[in-house]
Amino acid sequence: MSDLLEARSVSRSFGGLHVTRDVNFKLTTGDRVALIGPNGAGKTTLVNLITGDIAPSEGQFFMGGDEITGLSIPDRVRRGLVRTFQTTRLFANLTVADNIALAIMQRKRITRRFFSSSTELPEVRAEWSEILSHLGLDRLAYRKVVELAYGQQRLIELAIGLALHPKVLLLDEPAAGVPHDEAPRILEAINRLPSDIAVLMIEHDMDLVFKFAKRVLVLAAGRLIFEGSPDQVTADHEVRRAYLGSYADARRPT
Amino acid sequence: MSDIAVTHVPHKRNIPFAQEAAGALVILALGAIGWFLYPDDLAFLTRLIGIAFLVLSLDLVTGYCGVATLGHAAQFGVGAYAAGIACIRGVSDPVALLAVGLCAGTVMGLISGALITRFRGLPQLVLSIAVGQLIAGLANKLSWLTGGSDGLSGIEPGKVFGVFGFDMYSRTAFVFSLGVLVITFVVLQRFVRSPFGLMCRGIKDDDLRAKMIGVSIYPRLVVMYGVAGAVAGIGGALTAISTGVVGLDSVSFERSAEVLVMLVLGGAGHLWGALAGTVIFMIFEHIVAAANPFHWMTLVGLLLILIVVFAPRGLIEPVVLLWAKFKRKGSAV
Ligand SMILES: Nc1ncnc2c1ncn2[C@@H]1O[C@H](COP(=O)(O)OP(=O)(O)OP(=O)(O)O)[C@@H](O)[C@H]1O
Ligand SMILES: [Mg+2]
Repeated sequence: MSDLLEARSVSRSFGGLHVTRDVNFKLTTGDRVALIGPNGAGKTTLVNLITGDIAPSEGQFFMGGDEITGLSIPDRVRRGLVRTFQTTRLFANLTVADNIALAIMQRKRITRRFFSSSTELPEVRAEWSEILSHLGLDRLAYRKVVELAYGQQRLIELAIGLALHPKVLLLDEPAAGVPHDEAPRILEAINRLPSDIAVLMIEHDMDLVFKFAKRVLVLAAGRLIFEGSPDQVTADHEVRRAYLGSYADARRPT
Repeated sequence: MSDIAVTHVPHKRNIPFAQEAAGALVILALGAIGWFLYPDDLAFLTRLIGIAFLVLSLDLVTGYCGVATLGHAAQFGVGAYAAGIACIRGVSDPVALLAVGLCAGTVMGLISGALITRFRGLPQLVLSIAVGQLIAGLANKLSWLTGGSDGLSGIEPGKVFGVFGFDMYSRTAFVFSLGVLVITFVVLQRFVRSPFGLMCRGIKDDDLRAKMIGVSIYPRLVVMYGVAGAVAGIGGALTAISTGVVGLDSVSFERSAEVLVMLVLGGAGHLWGALAGTVIFMIFEHIVAAANPFHWMTLVGLLLILIVVFAPRGLIEPVVLLWAKFKRKGSAV
């Protein structure tokens, strides 16, 4: 097994606020990792650091052994590092199909074409129509993103991530805001991904965490305080104090 | 967990080249109306077509990429001066002169783009003004080349395709300009729907999202500026050829501001919006300025306020919405 992604002693502070403190972790092939922690723990900031949205004050990131700390955002994406956003960031004035098609075309390196018409290229269309069908969005293909409900927009965020064929996929609370009956589609979509890629999911819903993760990282006040299987996490005293609280108690037979 | 039935999205029924053909026909029809209704005003209509190129060009960077610029006349002016200078120095074939304008405009576009798209927001706007002023200053100072404040005159191009000479009624100039506009418009229609054009619209919507799907934004915007420069350069060259003169007004700040007004009026982000804005503004100006030379700017101001209040996304927006509704109804049956 090789390391797809590694963080080495990564720290970041904003002014005097230490949001990320000496974080070390590795994602290997086939990893399904949940990153949990209380609000404001620095989970999103960690993802921003990994993708190059913000630079670390200290520490390095590596992909497959190569250092990527100094690379631009698009360069990291081209190496297969893909994220979704906690607050949706989509091409709001384009159609759903165009949103996914742009990701597909960028991956296939055909967005430098000047004259062929775009979204309806057969090889592109086959892909986005399949992704949209799986997520139950096929009826919305030709609607503008701004016209959709928030929960549907959350699924498009995921769809773009899938369309990029990631090697490392970072999902920032993909289920937040998605209606309950649609949420299973997220897990199904992740299960359909190739088994050798690594997926890291930030999630507050512990039911989803248990269904998804083989390994759980717990972040509190910018520090990774625990790493282990989901069952170990609920049993750990410190984690319960820092975050889980009532949830872990509820699961335990008294 | 039950399987989700995979239903595929029905194909959009699209007749190939239907949009392009419709575009060409509409422009030709408008041209024909102009020709028959205003046979004495062909010189004005030819000037209008020249400006339409500049507004289309501005639409590419502002409407499709979200770049704020008040210096876009530079591309147009450089094309006009280049064609004018080439003509005076002995290149007389109109098509060759167009090529000269196109190349000069492209180079100017690439240079402007490389500077202006480095920045965003207010710095970008200020820089665009600076680039525009720099070109205007050069056009004034390099009088051995540009004629300075007198401008270039005596531009006498040869016959189009060696057959149609330019006449004093601007008939040839009008038809020639209209033809070039049709070709350019059709090419642009395909260009803005291409993967490259679609990506530019994406960048305008959310550049961080674009970066996160792996797009390097800066080079794309520079290329787009180059294309916009080519379009503006053609417009400049056409104007030089058809009017026979090139003056400082072609690179002026007023010109840059005016075309921005036309674009907003018509609707940025649509090629038809650019065209509609040009036609309406220029005709309005032509009529009102003739009737009341002192207050026409006031009336233009009033018109603009009305547009911004009642159709903030331009006059074309209601038309686009209607069309979309019509198409959805058609496909639902
Ligand atoms: N760019 C920034 N400048 C200043 N402070 C920031 C910045 N980004 C994040 N922070 C601060 O860092 C802390 C961690 O924020 P972050 O969004 O990473 O938390 P989180 O774990 O994702 O929380 P949530 O569960 O609510 O999404 C917060 O206190 C936030 O205010
Ligand atoms: Mg967060």
